[in-house]
Amino acid sequence: MTQVLINAPKTAKKGEVIELKALILHPMETGFRPGTNGRIIPRNIIERFTASWNGNEILRMDLSPAIAANPFVSFFAVATESGKITFRWTGDEGFAVEESVAIDVA
Amino acid sequence: MPGTTKEGTTRRTFIAGAALVSVLPFAPARATPEAMAAAIKEVVGDNAIREGRVTLDLPPLIENGNTVPLTVSVESPMSDADHVKAIHVFNEKNPQPHVFDARLGPRNGKAVIATRIKLGDSQKIVAIAETSKGEFFSASADVIVTLAACLEDLT
Repeated sequence: MTQVLINAPKTAKKGEVIELKALILHPMETGFRPGTNGRIIPRNIIERFTASWNGNEILRMDLSPAIAANPFVSFFAVATESGKITFRWTGDEGFAVEESVAIDVA
Repeated sequence: MPGTTKEGTTRRTFIAGAALVSVLPFAPARATPEAMAAAIKEVVGDNAIREGRVTLDLPPLIENGNTVPLTVSVESPMSDADHVKAIHVFNEKNPQPHVFDARLGPRNGKAVIATRIKLGDSQKIVAIAETSKGEFFSASADVIVTLAACLEDLT
């Protein structure tokens, strides 16, 4: 089971700059490490993280194996309208997870 | 006390040396300062890179290279006319020079990205910000890593 932790305010004033934090459980295996049998463990990373606000993309990140396991990203966004903030992670081995949080903008 | 300082240095040097020796048999091909320069060139092209506006925040002494908190903040009004379009982070000595590329826009309000990265060795980290006006700003930080990431799987 994929576990995602998102920290976002539930309400915000219109025009306010809010901080959004997202963490996902993932090994971010680099593809450069030998395992216990001496063979290289194949790469398994999240390649892309995106955040959208009511369907409009506000952040897109391309990640590399140099991102620590259980990738954590914190960024900012202007609270424009009430609705849904969607976070999406995609990567190797068909990894795709999407999680949304609702926000009320007054 | 002068004695303490000397001992401290010796111990640090020993640990760094021991870490290096244990890494060597497994060390894969590494990125080099040249590889980093090439990766930066790919992003920047022939544009000039200026120092300033970018703040790269990470601890100078890292005990565990597996998770290193890193924050990049760029001074910018983040308006439609003038905003940070992208933030790129590069390293010198991990197996690959790229760390991440983030695409931002005026909807971010603040050009700040924080994440956690892996570092395979003591090295220089470079952050480059690209503005909507086509300018490039950079900042760099030198870090010392005592326990490197990317070693054999201990689990």
